[in-house]
Amino acid sequence: MEVGRLPISASQRGKLIAAGYTTLSSFSSLSPSHLARAVWDWILTIDNLVKRGFTLVNRCCTCRYCEESVDHLLLHYLKISDNEAAEIMRVASHSHRLDGSAGGCGTVNGAQTAWDMLHEEEMFPRITTSCEDLNNILGGGINCKEVTEIGGVPGIGKTQLGIQLAINVQIPVDYGGLGGKAIYIDTEGSFMVERALQIAEACIEDMSECGGLLRKDFQACQLKMHPNNILENIFYFRVCSYTEQIALINCLDKFISEHKDVKIVIVDSVTFHFRQDFDDMALRTRLLSGMALKLMKLAKDFSLAVVLLNQVTTKYIDGSFQLTLALGDSWSHSCTNRVILYWNGNERYAYIDKSPSLRSASAPYSVTSKGIRNSASNCKRIKMM
Amino acid sequence: MANKQISQMGLPKSIANVFAARNVFTAKDALSLTEFELMELLDVGLAQVTSAVAHISEIVCPPYQTALSLMELRVQNEHLAGHLPTHMKGLDEALCGGIPFGVLTELVGPAGIGKTQFCLKLSLLASLPASYGGLDGHVIYIDVESKFSSRRLIEIGVKSFPEIFHRKGMAQEMAGRIHVLRPASLSEFTEREFEHAAPRQNTLGWHVSFIKSLAEFSRIPVVVTNQVRSQSRDEICHYYFQVQSWNETIEDRTRHDSHLVAALGINWAHAVTIRLVLEAKSDQRFIKVAKSPISPPLAFPFNITSSGILLLSDDGIELTGPDINAIHCQGLSLRFCWVNLQKNIEWMPKTTIGHYLKCGALNADGIHHLVFLLVAFQWNNFIRTDKLKLFNFTDHAM
Repeated sequence: MEVGRLPISASQRGKLIAAGYTTLSSFSSLSPSHLARAVWDWILTIDNLVKRGFTLVNRCCTCRYCEESVDHLLLHYLKISDNEAAEIMRVASHSHRLDGSAGGCGTVNGAQTAWDMLHEEEMFPRITTSCEDLNNILGGGINCKEVTEIGGVPGIGKTQLGIQLAINVQIPVDYGGLGGKAIYIDTEGSFMVERALQIAEACIEDMSECGGLLRKDFQACQLKMHPNNILENIFYFRVCSYTEQIALINCLDKFISEHKDVKIVIVDSVTFHFRQDFDDMALRTRLLSGMALKLMKLAKDFSLAVVLLNQVTTKYIDGSFQLTLALGDSWSHSCTNRVILYWNGNERYAYIDKSPSLRSASAPYSVTSKGIRNSASNCKRIKMM
Repeated sequence: MANKQISQMGLPKSIANVFAARNVFTAKDALSLTEFELMELLDVGLAQVTSAVAHISEIVCPPYQTALSLMELRVQNEHLAGHLPTHMKGLDEALCGGIPFGVLTELVGPAGIGKTQFCLKLSLLASLPASYGGLDGHVIYIDVESKFSSRRLIEIGVKSFPEIFHRKGMAQEMAGRIHVLRPASLSEFTEREFEHAAPRQNTLGWHVSFIKSLAEFSRIPVVVTNQVRSQSRDEICHYYFQVQSWNETIEDRTRHDSHLVAALGINWAHAVTIRLVLEAKSDQRFIKVAKSPISPPLAFPFNITSSGILLLSDDGIELTGPDINAIHCQGLSLRFCWVNLQKNIEWMPKTTIGHYLKCGALNADGIHHLVFLLVAFQWNNFIRTDKLKLFNFTDHAM
């Protein structure tokens, strides 16, 4: 591994290279104090001279005054202290470990076999969207451990779906849900508490009905949930600029470690602040990809679902304007799954635009006073593309 | 929050000095760079950069609330849990109490349909004392199109709330709470007209965020009126996977020819939270709740009377499909007049909407509660180069 790839400061890197250490292997076997001393190999010292065949009095060659010793050289000429050297060695060994051991046992460090991953996936139930058709095309619901992006024109129901998911994640495990909490990051101010209350009440009603059908003994099916309990489990953040958005995503892992039950993070919408006053598009792309990486890491580490709501824009392709999700082409690579909500005649439809495991399909859904539900008309079926 | 100074964040001295030495002064500058870029710029190791960024993020990060505490706060502190009732029963029920606080509500419709009448009624309602269902506060009315008529305002007041307005001095007090600002032009936008085709979205960008933040933090209702423009067939957009068969396009052509759409594009449509569309269809005016997170898509027929706007039916007609967003303008018997609008566009010195909002909110004497903000955006006039425009007059216009 090249020294240039180590995550150390530029000046430390410069000193290593100047001392002739360009690859990891060249100094990985040294101890920190050796490294500290070795870096000054190029400085004229008695040892060097002796190595090259000159014998001299023990006196520092540079100042020609004091006796040469490690301390003298460290203090006056060496610009890399023992602490710094220790730091460099630590970073180097960490990077070395990540690279994979040379040959050895045949398994790669840090990897997980596909079989283990399959078992893990089956352990986590999916988050239902309360609409059967939509659940079917999503393979059961929104998947945990993945980032799903949902986009659509204004008024199609993105915020409704976001609120519905924030409530559905709290369905207790007995009823087939995750029994977790939700984080709702609102960048546009479109989260309305009254609506969340309405949907929570409808969800509890549905659960009581469903519970009555499934269970024989009425005592067990007494649902102790109150809409206020549901609202209590939604953590609401209001973000007013893209700086706050980035700061919040940086802080999320600490927050989630403290509130262990969080199972879904919804960002509504991820686009708003990035569309306002950005002149430097390259910077925007870098920030967005950084954010996407952090969210993916969050999803994997804590096994939660991340749902990002996006807006639309028009793009001129092949001689006509087409609708497409905002934030550009680079962002479209950042999410694992992509769902587009659109109008088809008088019905709302959802289309799976991109997914590594789901087939492209559309399904109708409707937005009612109870939230997202199945589409009312019976003649529409799931269309496979 | 984004402009918080790094020097005031309590970072360890050494790293704080390095930030300052490299011209990274605010949190925004620091968080706009990735960690590797910061490493290169500041010449420190990754561990230090990571901890510094974590520290800065924690300080800039907004606080959280549970949805329950949000609701309880609003129920306790605000009038009707944060709504301004419009005294139109059907609309108020649809909007869960009235125009909500803290979000942007847009009124869009063709000229002469009743947007200004609606705004006048709302200003009056906001200034009424709480015992009559008002907010008992002050109103800022930003009148770009010079349509504010104080005579009409008093007429609406006298007809709708005679018991208040016939009392001595009340009319003066009520009218005295409404502050009218008249910017002559939003010249920031007019300058852009002659530049290269800068996307319109960017010119709106800062203003949208500002108005929304203002509404949220002061928890006041903000109502904006918008104009319409016609939609050409080419502009009907679909996604790449929506294959249009030839028959459908022929049908659509007739459907869309008479359509108007709201001005300012799709970016603005995303930014508003509630959109109320006023339209005229087959000799009847309708007010439709086109976009709202809390209401079903309902349309209410209405008429303009001497006491403002009157709904003809409190049970709205539920509309399905994207038709709720369509704006019709047919069938009304109106008087028509061709007006040359060129003379109305005057280039005046710089007065931006931000300036007015700021001076209205913070400096004007006697405004203790910034209750209401009304803006009529006239960007369409500055962006189109049409010299003649169809202008509708109704019986109740000034």
